[in-house]
Amino acid sequence: MTAASVRPSQPRPRQPRRREAYGRAGWGVVAWVVGIAFFLPVFWMVLTAFKPESAAETWPPRFVFTPTLAEFRLVFSGMGPYLTHSVIATVGSTILVLLLGVPAAYALSVHPVKRWRDGLFFFISTKMLPIVAAIGPLYVIAQHAHLLDSIWLLIILYTAMNLPLAVWMIRSFMLEVPGELLEAAQLDGAGRVREITEVILPIVSPGLISTALICVIFAWNELFLAINLTTTNAATMPMYLISSVPQEGLYIAHLSAAATVASVPVIIVGWIAQRSLVRGLAMGAIK
Amino acid sequence: MTVAETGAAPARQASIRPRTATQRERWLRRLPLLPALIYVVVVTQIPFVVTLWYSFENYFWDQPGGATFAGFRNYTTAFTNAAFRGSLVRSVVMTASSVIIAMVLGVIFAILLDRKFFGRGVVRTLIITPFLIMPAAAALVWAGPMLDPTFGLVNYLLQPFGVHHVAWLSSDALISVIAVMVWQWTPFMTLIVLAGLQSQPPDTLEAAKVDGAGALATFRELTLPHLRPYIELGILLGSIYLVNSFDAVRLMTNGGPGTSTTNLPFYLYQQVNYAFDVGGAAAAGVITVILTIIVATFALRLFARVFQFEEAGV
Repeated sequence: MTAASVRPSQPRPRQPRRREAYGRAGWGVVAWVVGIAFFLPVFWMVLTAFKPESAAETWPPRFVFTPTLAEFRLVFSGMGPYLTHSVIATVGSTILVLLLGVPAAYALSVHPVKRWRDGLFFFISTKMLPIVAAIGPLYVIAQHAHLLDSIWLLIILYTAMNLPLAVWMIRSFMLEVPGELLEAAQLDGAGRVREITEVILPIVSPGLISTALICVIFAWNELFLAINLTTTNAATMPMYLISSVPQEGLYIAHLSAAATVASVPVIIVGWIAQRSLVRGLAMGAIK
Repeated sequence: MTVAETGAAPARQASIRPRTATQRERWLRRLPLLPALIYVVVVTQIPFVVTLWYSFENYFWDQPGGATFAGFRNYTTAFTNAAFRGSLVRSVVMTASSVIIAMVLGVIFAILLDRKFFGRGVVRTLIITPFLIMPAAAALVWAGPMLDPTFGLVNYLLQPFGVHHVAWLSSDALISVIAVMVWQWTPFMTLIVLAGLQSQPPDTLEAAKVDGAGALATFRELTLPHLRPYIELGILLGSIYLVNSFDAVRLMTNGGPGTSTTNLPFYLYQQVNYAFDVGGAAAAGVITVILTIIVATFALRLFARVFQFEEAGV
């Protein structure tokens, strides 16, 4: 109970306002503590990556040490093929997702097919079937199709993995396009293709970027399919991480450097685009 | 996103859609949908059809001669197999507990981030980072530098509380794995709930304040109902991804000690890669899919409700 709530008709006295300010600062402190606690493992990973191996496994843990780039050099010299595979699988599948997803989202929003609701539910429902359940047969199919340990297989599967969420997100962005613009384009005699390329795409392009971002995050981070269906010719960055853990000897600094290098691209992109990330997720949420 | 925008969209659709669509018009509408539809049907449904097929076959990688018909033997084996049932239960426990804890934390963090304070953008950036980090990297960093019994940072920070060199991944393996999953998914929940909070019309909150409603009552009566579709969506998406979670189990505990952290994905991975039992894994997969469909039916109802919200203009 504050004085203000007892006598609402009176102008606010000074005291509660000051208390409010303290309260606000208090919330800020709590939020900062939570934020730092959540970030701590990431900070520790990056810090450990700069340690010499001998300083990484000490008790008590060391916060002050002479930083070295030795482990980063080792990582950069070893990750080449893995990085290439990851970039190809991520970029390839994301482009394919957008090429397939934009027309599909269009057919479910702007000029919707009759049973657009069923279509949308079908896309979402495929995400609910756990892919792990089919991993054995998937292996056999890939073997017969000569796609085992091939980067094409990862592109194909990552596209299928991300397409439902992408269709759903892009559709919600397309619903935002003002109807008057579409009608004006129609009066101008614009066909469906011109309607997409000249009216819709310029408006939804920020939405497409946040959709692409989500696809990049999931494809870049994917491990289960990669570990089961590839060995060397298409092994991706998460698999490089696993290979950086040796059977014996000190490896914590090396592991941290590899984990840092593998994670940093997505983290930085995510930081820069966090606003559109929030928007994209929330738009998918409600529309 | 405002109430007005959400309400406007379906109305516009109605005005564009002509009353009588001709045959040609209908195909014109369908055409852009077909590539994605066919792609998803082929790539996601065929493996499941093949799974169904193999579940009735006796098929081992390491045995020559290929597959032979096995009838329902794979299914009876799966049902009587304690390891399979155990992994099923652990999957449910892991998914449910991590999703619920992550959502509770997510709501709290979102409320914190919805207030104005110094450095809010920086704190939000710090909090979303665990969602962006590669799960395999997260699992390895937690297993090594963070939770190691001899040099781990967690033991060091907990020392003042009487914790001495606890081997978390042996003594509390399941809790450790769940904790890492919660750490990775709380940011996602926070983002979704935060978007919900920020889409709340400020004037209703002002009105509640003028009416003398307390902060707690306002939250329960106004904010929580408004957040509901956002919370439901977060739980749904979180479950979809967490039920498949493999990285943390494989890289932190390798399913152990014993089978104490073996969830379904890890069990199936072992069946295919170490027991070479394609038929058995397929039967286990089919059972999993059937159970998932039962759960997903309820989940899809949730989606249907979300769309009703949309049409009602809420």
